[in-house]
Amino acid sequence: MSERDKILGRIREALTVPAPMPGHPPGPAQTAKLGHATSGVRQWLPAVGETFEDRLALFRANATELKAAFHLVADRDELGLRLRELSKAEGWARIATHGDELTLFARATLDLPFSGTDAPYDVQLLEKCDAGITACDALIAQTGSVLVTGRSAGGRALSVLPPHHVVIARREQLLPDLPAAFDLLKQKYAPDYPAFISFITGPSRTGDIERILVLGAHGPKKLTIFCL
Amino acid sequence: MNTFAAQFRKQSLRLTRDLRHRLLIQTALGKYETQRDQRKAAFQDWQSARQAAAEIKWDAINHLDTHLRDFVSRIEARGTVVHWASTAAQARDIILGIVRDSKARSIIKSKAMTAEEIHLNDALEKAGFEVVESDLGEFIVQLRHEPPYHIVFPAMHLTRGEISELFTRELGSAPTSSPEELTMIARRALRKKYLTADVGITGANFAIAETGMISITENEGNARLTAALPRVMISLLGIEKILPRLADLALFLPMLATAGAGQALTCYNSLYGGPRQPGESDGPEQFHVVLLDNRRTELLADAEQRDALHCIRCGACLNVCPIFRNVGGHTYGTTYSGPIGSVITPHLRGLQDWKHLSSASSLCGACTEACPVKIDLHHHLLQNRRNSVAQKPARLEKLAYKLFAFVINRPWLYALAKKFARVCQPLHSLVKGKRIDPAYGWTQSRDLPNLASRSFKEWWKDRK
Repeated sequence: MSERDKILGRIREALTVPAPMPGHPPGPAQTAKLGHATSGVRQWLPAVGETFEDRLALFRANATELKAAFHLVADRDELGLRLRELSKAEGWARIATHGDELTLFARATLDLPFSGTDAPYDVQLLEKCDAGITACDALIAQTGSVLVTGRSAGGRALSVLPPHHVVIARREQLLPDLPAAFDLLKQKYAPDYPAFISFITGPSRTGDIERILVLGAHGPKKLTIFCL
Repeated sequence: MNTFAAQFRKQSLRLTRDLRHRLLIQTALGKYETQRDQRKAAFQDWQSARQAAAEIKWDAINHLDTHLRDFVSRIEARGTVVHWASTAAQARDIILGIVRDSKARSIIKSKAMTAEEIHLNDALEKAGFEVVESDLGEFIVQLRHEPPYHIVFPAMHLTRGEISELFTRELGSAPTSSPEELTMIARRALRKKYLTADVGITGANFAIAETGMISITENEGNARLTAALPRVMISLLGIEKILPRLADLALFLPMLATAGAGQALTCYNSLYGGPRQPGESDGPEQFHVVLLDNRRTELLADAEQRDALHCIRCGACLNVCPIFRNVGGHTYGTTYSGPIGSVITPHLRGLQDWKHLSSASSLCGACTEACPVKIDLHHHLLQNRRNSVAQKPARLEKLAYKLFAFVINRPWLYALAKKFARVCQPLHSLVKGKRIDPAYGWTQSRDLPNLASRSFKEWWKDRK
C-alpha cells in the first residue's frame, strides 16, 4: 500500500467518529449551518463605502498608511510626465517591464535600456534594474492591495526583484473588497488559473528586529501605483 | 519528573526572573496588541467572522480525505509532483531525494514551521548541502544555531544590539544600532544566495482543494523570491492546511493578518498552482508538494480535540498567554510553543513526556478568546490533564487525597490536626522559604498565610 493510501485510510478511519462543530453544543454536527459560513463574508469584513469615490478615497488612505505612493492621473500625457519625473528623481538607468499595452507605453516614454520578462530572461540583469513596471488584475480598496498574476504582471520575479515596483492600473480595475477580487479571478481565469497569483499590500516590510517596521526586507523598498 | 518537564521547570524559573527578557517581550507584544485591536475594530463583525472561519475549517477537517484528494488531483493536473509522508523521517528522505536528483548545491528556504518540525535543515546539512533561511528572523536564529523563539516572530527575544554583534561576528558587517541598516545587511547577504540557489523550500499557510493551489503569506518577499528564482521548488505542508474553496481566502487572509501581526493584510499573499507553465517566462521547472502527516491523523482520531487541527498558526494564542509571556518560547522545548503547542505536542510527541505543558497554565482562557478559528484551547489543556492521569495515575497525589479525606471525615482528628498545626506554626517561621522547609515548593516564592488563632467552630461555641 502506498503512503498516500495509508494516510487517506487513517483519515477515513479517524473521521468515523463525528466531532462537534465549534460554537455549537456537542452532538451531531449541524452541517446545514455551513451555508452561514460562506454566504456572508462581505458583511463581516471591514466596510468599504458605497460609491466609487468612497472606495478610491479608501484605497488612497490604505496605500498611504502602507507607505505606498498612489497617484491618480488624468491621461497618458500626465502618466508619461509623472513617470519621467520619477525616473529623473531616482536616477533610473535601467528598467524592466513586460508586454502589456500600458507598460509598453511606459517603456516608450521613459526611453531607457530595459529588460523584458515576456520570454525567459537573464535574472542577474533583472536584479540590476532600478524599477520593475507592471500592469495588474485589480486594485482592492478594502486593503490597499494590488492583485497580480503571472499572466497580468510579467511573471513571478518582475514585481518582486527590482527595488522599486511601479504598477499602472486603470480606474475601472478598482474593486471594493477581497470577495470581489476572488470573484474576478474566477470569472477571468477559471478553470485555467495562472500558476502564480499574488495580493501585494504595500512595499516589502519586516518587523523582525524589535517589532520595528523596516521597508524593503527582500522585495521592493518602494511601491508606486498609478491609476489612469 | 521526566527530563522534558525538568528542563521546562528549570528554564521557566530562570526566565521568569529575567527582567530584561520580560521587558523585551512586553514591549514587543504591547505594540502587537495595539495594532491587533485597531484591526479587529475595523471588522464590521469580528465575532461572526470567527464563527464562519471556525465552521469553514470544521468542514475542511471533517471531510479531509475528500478535500485532500481534490487538492492533489488538481495541483497534479498542472505538473506538480505530490509526495505523501507519514513520518518526519519519510518527509526528510523525500526532500533529500529531490535535492539529490536535481544535483543541487545550495538551497534557499523561506519560513516553514513544518520544516522545523521534521528538523529538515539538520538533515540537509548532514547530507552536505548548504541551506540558508531567508526570512530575516529565521536568518538571525539560524546564525545563532537556535530554533525560532515564536512561530511568527522568530527573533523576538533579541535586541538590535545582540543582532548587530551577531552580524559583525558572522557576516563581518560594521556594528550599527539601526534596525534598517541591519535589515539591509541581511538583504545584501541573501540576495547573493537567491541568485545562485538551485532549490527553494517553502511551507504553506493554506492548500485550496477547489483549485489545487497552495497559499503563502509573508511580509518580506523572501517566499516570493524562493518560488520565483530557483529551478526546483519544494513546499512542505501538513495535511491539515486544507481550505475547501478559493474564495474562503477572502476571510482567512485578513483574519490571519489581523490575529497574527495586527495587519489588515500581510504584505504578500501568494498562490502557487504549479511549476512554470508552457508560455511562461519564469518560475521553477519542477514543483514538489510534500504532504506531511507526522501523527496529525492521531489528533484527527481524537474527536474531542480534533478542532486543534483547525489551527492556522497565527500565533495569537502565544501572544496573549500569561505563561508564554513569562517563560518565553524556547522554554517549551517544542516546535510549536504557547497554548496551541501545549495542546498538540502531547499528541505529536507523546502524552507522558509532554503532559507538563498542559499543567503549565492558569486556565484563564485568553487563548481561546484570541483564537481566530475558535479552538477550545484551555479546555483541551484540561482534557490532556485528565487523559494523562487516566493513562498513568499519579499515585502520590492519590494517596495524599486519601489521607486528607480520612482526616476530614473524622471531626475529632481534624480538630486535633488544626491544634497541632497551630502549635507548629511558630516553628515554621524558622525554616520558611529555606530549602529544609517541608513546604519549600510553595514558600520559596509565595507566602503561607497564618492559621486563625481560633477556628470558626470554637468561636461559635464560645459566643454569648
